[in-house]
Amino acid sequence: MIRAFGPNEFWFIVMAVQWTLALSAVAFAGGAVGGLLTALARVSGAKPLRYAALGFIRLFQGTPLLMQLFLVFFGLNIFGSGINPWLAASVALTLHASAFLGEIWRGCIEAVPKGQSEACWALGIGYFDRMKSVVLPQAARIAVAPTVGFLVQLIKGTSLASIIGFVELTRAGQIVNNATFDPFTVFGLVAALYFVLCWPLSILAGQLERRFAKASAR
Amino acid sequence: MSANPGADGADAPAVRMEGVEKWYGTYHALKNVDLEVASGERIVVCGPSGSGKSTLIRCINQLEVVQKGRIVVDGIELTAGHKNVDKVRRDVGMVFQQFNLFPHMTVLENCMLAPLKVRRAAKAEAEATARKYLERVRIPEQADKYPAQLSGGQQQRVAIARALCMNPRIMLFDEPTSALDPEMVKEVLDTMIDLAGEGMTMLVVTHEMGFARQVADRVIFMDQGEIVEMAGPEEFFSRPKHERTRTFLGQIAH
Repeated sequence: MIRAFGPNEFWFIVMAVQWTLALSAVAFAGGAVGGLLTALARVSGAKPLRYAALGFIRLFQGTPLLMQLFLVFFGLNIFGSGINPWLAASVALTLHASAFLGEIWRGCIEAVPKGQSEACWALGIGYFDRMKSVVLPQAARIAVAPTVGFLVQLIKGTSLASIIGFVELTRAGQIVNNATFDPFTVFGLVAALYFVLCWPLSILAGQLERRFAKASAR
Repeated sequence: MSANPGADGADAPAVRMEGVEKWYGTYHALKNVDLEVASGERIVVCGPSGSGKSTLIRCINQLEVVQKGRIVVDGIELTAGHKNVDKVRRDVGMVFQQFNLFPHMTVLENCMLAPLKVRRAAKAEAEATARKYLERVRIPEQADKYPAQLSGGQQQRVAIARALCMNPRIMLFDEPTSALDPEMVKEVLDTMIDLAGEGMTMLVVTHEMGFARQVADRVIFMDQGEIVEMAGPEEFFSRPKHERTRTFLGQIAH
């Protein structure tokens, strides 16, 4: 039986935005921790660490996000965690974000001039304080714009979690469409909502980039 | 060699290098370098670019790792492990051609970072030390500015103050005036002359031959990774023994 697209359907889709945001927030927070560790491993003096991080990054850059979701989803099932789309989507997107942020931030750390580290070494400042007080604060300024840019990709990427049954924005759209058979309205609304989430972030990224360019030209 | 740094008194050499060899890949940067620097001595190192003079002083605080030979700094054997490297770096200050100040910190914070993190100094004490040395390099009024707001000469003086805040026993200068506009060279050299007057052990890589004449106890000329000539400034400038030294002095005379 076909339902008309009414206010109930509208609000069902709009309310699903919170799950897209929640999944994005979890993946971004987890990815920030994992990405920092990955980036530090990539620039570390220890060869095994560097190669392990590089392998991790290459693996996640070289496979589709959808396959990563499938592998984690079915993998967790094999290890007896049962079918848990929330957990699977969080884990897969966190790993995905860790790899990409790790590579972005590696570049930012390496963009800090070598002289900064040499000054620390000459003063006897150790690894931890060198990173925390000197290198990372300077890398962070460079990292803001590309990080916000990646966050936009990540938010759109959460739509793939719909395929393993996680009810976020895209999945809510599919559910409503199955009942209303009004795909143009339904997915038009879904796309508009993604746009409302991502557009301001894109503008922000552009502004930050310009501000950084100005600051470093000084 | 005493295992206890400083215990053997003022007679122990500040720096001793024996048979030091350094390669960058196949490029032979230092060839069998022997050098002994007494405590309180001022050494000026000169030579054409690529002669190994920067590499030489960067070995003293292990910014460059050598492949062969012995380096002993202040009685501490550098080639014997990481712990010793940290110890040496705490007591050896360095000033770089490009200043290498921390751009995201104020002048005062630049000077306080190492005492706070490495010496575990109290904040008030670190600040007092920083202000004292900023006074010494004659820019106490710039303490709350950021490096980018200062002239090159002022930045280099901050870099000298930052190194002095660790109370080093040896100071290394790696072409400290080469990146400066000509009118700022003097203020940095004057600061270094003051420091020499206070008895600091100094190794200075520079092309400022006026400074060498005035301050150096010995001048070293390096070429192609070797110490070619080493003499007091009077003898070095008026009676250089080696042809290569004469050629070099002739080139930079104008």
